[in-house]
Amino acid sequence: MAATQEEIVSGLAEIVNEIAGIPAEDVQLEKSFTDDLDVDSLSMVEVVVAAEERFGVKIPDDDVKNLKTVGDATDYILKHQS
Amino acid sequence: MNATNHSVVVTGIGATTPLGGDSASTWQGLVAGRSGAALLEEEWAADLPVRIAARAAVDPSEVIPRPQARRLDRSAQFALIAAREAWADAGFTARAGEDASVNPDRLGAVVASGIGGVTTLLDQYDVLREKGVRRVSPHTVPMLMPNGPSANVGLEVNARAGVHTPVSACASGSEAVGYAIEMIRTGRADIVVAGGTEAAIHPLPIVAFGNMMAMSKNNENPQGASRPFDVDRNGFVLGEGAGVIVLESAEHARRRGARVYAEAVGQGISADSHDIVQPEPSGNGIAHALQHLAANTDLDPAEVMHINAHATSTPQGDLAELKALRKVFGDDVDHMSISATKSMTGHLLGGAGGVETVATVLALHNRTAPPTINIDNLDPEVDGDIVRDAARELPAEGRIAALNNSFGFGGHNVVLAFRTV
Repeated sequence: MAATQEEIVSGLAEIVNEIAGIPAEDVQLEKSFTDDLDVDSLSMVEVVVAAEERFGVKIPDDDVKNLKTVGDATDYILKHQS
Repeated sequence: MNATNHSVVVTGIGATTPLGGDSASTWQGLVAGRSGAALLEEEWAADLPVRIAARAAVDPSEVIPRPQARRLDRSAQFALIAAREAWADAGFTARAGEDASVNPDRLGAVVASGIGGVTTLLDQYDVLREKGVRRVSPHTVPMLMPNGPSANVGLEVNARAGVHTPVSACASGSEAVGYAIEMIRTGRADIVVAGGTEAAIHPLPIVAFGNMMAMSKNNENPQGASRPFDVDRNGFVLGEGAGVIVLESAEHARRRGARVYAEAVGQGISADSHDIVQPEPSGNGIAHALQHLAANTDLDPAEVMHINAHATSTPQGDLAELKALRKVFGDDVDHMSISATKSMTGHLLGGAGGVETVATVLALHNRTAPPTINIDNLDPEVDGDIVRDAARELPAEGRIAALNNSFGFGGHNVVLAFRTV
């Protein structure tokens, strides 16, 4: 069953909280992973792997660089989830 | 900066060890003669021939928040905890630059480990085999590299004069401190954060050291297993943790009014070139390091009142060290109170030189030599005044000096000298 936008954002919030220690409520659509959420390039790899498992999507390395904000990642997952 | 012989002093101290989560509790444990060793309760240890280790008294997870801890090998976590304590203890309130009393370009970090991120390496290999390629942590390389602890400490304090990691097995921590002393003495830096760390309590290192016959298998009596200089000693007990100090040019310390624990007089270094793991039994290799120390510094052997011996509790090594002391110092050995603190902390491998540097500096500062515990029957071949059972006061008046000895597999010998100011 496909996740809603709201479910994806709250799932990403949990993941970012676990990996970068940022409070879940700070993880919102317009936030940049690097600039706002303290997720550096190595931690972004972890976020992507955790998101793939959680939402059943495949996010190729070449697409990761386009996921700058939580909104980018949410849209990507909405579009590609099985 | 053309002078090339600056005096160096110790202005900060930090540690996290099997005896305590900071240098004060570690020192209390040492003076009280407490053992940090225990039986390993983990399931993986149940069938191992060696089931003893000296775990850190305070797990680093209690100190470092999880988001930071999950990208640091345990050895780097220990190093960071000890370095933060030493940095604050030296009177700094922020990173170099933000604290205007430290210029980042004149600040170094030299924190060594004997093995590096061995638990990260082994754990991530397990992840690769059990969970697949995608699940291997992208932090694996910076976590397992042996320069990781030094680099993380350098980042923490904003060190830009140079970050180094001498690796010489169980001499690594002392070699790091010696390297740092030289950085300041020769004018490369004003301040260097230096020490050693290790976190290798994992089945593979324990089995591997055990198969070398290097570790005590006295599983019935974990706290009595590390017994340097006792006739029944049969190997070391593996410990974990870190010891870090802040070294500073005497001039820089004076200018900012820093509290000075001791002068770091200098180092002596040699190599056995005898065997890859066995110590040179006559003590000639170690003697060579002591001679280098004497030639390299203005140390007066008449002032040396205390030795923190390397003494790991192995049959050959403990005696070779004493033979070397006698060879080089002659009758002066008789006024040296010799302590083997590994009887209490276990052997922290690359961390040992860091923790024992902290112990040596605190022994001078408090004018007290910690005891060597577990000597029920002193080896009759012991030639030297071992501090047994209880701590001993060192001379209350006058300038006194102390040595910290560290030797490593590979034949590395490092001797550090400190004295009161």
